[in-house]
Amino acid sequence: MAQKLDYLKETPSQTSGPYVHIGLAPGDAGFDIYRQELGRDIAGAQAKGDRISVRGKVLDGTGTPVKDVLIEAWQADAAGTYPGCGEVAPDFRGWGRVIPDFETGEWSFDTVKPGPVAGRSGIMMAPHITLWLVARGINVGLTTRLYFADEQATNLNDPVLNLIEQDSRRKTLIAQKNGDSYRFDIHLQGDNETVFFDV
Amino acid sequence: MTQFPDLYQRDREWHPPAYAQNYKTSVTRSPRKALLSLETTPSEAAGPTFGHNDIDPLDKDLLRNYAKTGDPIGERIILHGRVLDENTRPVPNTLVEIWQANAGGRYRHKKDTYLAAIDPNFGGCGRTLTDENGCYSFRTVKPGAYPWRNWVNSWRPAHIHVSVFGTSFAQRLITQLYFEGDPLIAKCPIVNTIPDQRAINQLVAALDLNATVPLDSLAYKFDIVLRGYRSTYFENRPEGN
Ligand SMILES: [Fe+3]
Repeated sequence: MAQKLDYLKETPSQTSGPYVHIGLAPGDAGFDIYRQELGRDIAGAQAKGDRISVRGKVLDGTGTPVKDVLIEAWQADAAGTYPGCGEVAPDFRGWGRVIPDFETGEWSFDTVKPGPVAGRSGIMMAPHITLWLVARGINVGLTTRLYFADEQATNLNDPVLNLIEQDSRRKTLIAQKNGDSYRFDIHLQGDNETVFFDV
Repeated sequence: MTQFPDLYQRDREWHPPAYAQNYKTSVTRSPRKALLSLETTPSEAAGPTFGHNDIDPLDKDLLRNYAKTGDPIGERIILHGRVLDENTRPVPNTLVEIWQANAGGRYRHKKDTYLAAIDPNFGGCGRTLTDENGCYSFRTVKPGAYPWRNWVNSWRPAHIHVSVFGTSFAQRLITQLYFEGDPLIAKCPIVNTIPDQRAINQLVAALDLNATVPLDSLAYKFDIVLRGYRSTYFENRPEGN
């Protein structure tokens, strides 16, 4: 017998269930309790950068919208800096919570477009927003990234997009420009299944 | 630029698989393609931070944070514990959020139609920051079991939903805690999405008689472990680091 390693094990995940809003966005569950709910503004009105809005749906394997999903968004500021990694733009939080319309499953959020961020060994990553999804039926929160269709040149050199072997699957991470906003539908299953990461 | 250490690989055999046949909702909501493994970049290593401006001291007292005419009905409990990482280091100043049904098993949610009564004095959510030693505590009532549509006759064991941040966004975790001695734990299709009994045991809060308030509240202890960081013994670091 060898010595015992004394690492702890990570607490196992469980689904957030259908009532995740009670804990994380009680206003959406139908009641007011906190002085302020967290995650309502990713980038406050004063935060510098190009204002953008992103909208989409999360769809299950039958193409039905997942109406009880809760998404968290996490991004760098317009200069490519994350909170905690240097000075970020005033009024910029970089993190927010997104809840869809309970009837249609359509969600949207407003923010500033993130700048490119230095990745491992300083290789630049194209502008992107990390999204983390929880819902009833999702046993471990799902992580994906949203990239922007109008960043074609930087996307081509992005070290994470370039990890994806199948060209057809790279597209699942690219939000399409649609007038003033970007469209990003997330497919949990099927031919267009979004690429999810084991980060 | 701040350098972040890499995180330990998440043990996907300790967590439930995405597809768990007996938890029916997971069938159409589980990705079927392999997850793409990503080494830690700043997008995963950095994470949002929270402070005492974000929350109020009363937020962690579920007996009082929604009380209108008096205390909520139910068994009064203290829920406390520590947030640690896999290296047993405390995680200070991190946001812990909880939500739960009331003592009758009913959620205050416009989509919950279970016939147990809403408690006018119970909201069912709380939040707090861990202290410098990673400790947190809440005061609440023990939630009731409730039925749900999976099998015709499926009941959830009493449970509290728990959300934790940690330092890196890739440590983000949502889970559920159960209560020692509850016979419904072993029957629950959601609990049983977890393949390893030792991992299930990690979700069962222990009755903690040392932390009770005598003549007032029982206590349960629930420690939460987030992913740890690799040490960098031999890494070649750029100048200046
Ligand atoms: Fe629940």
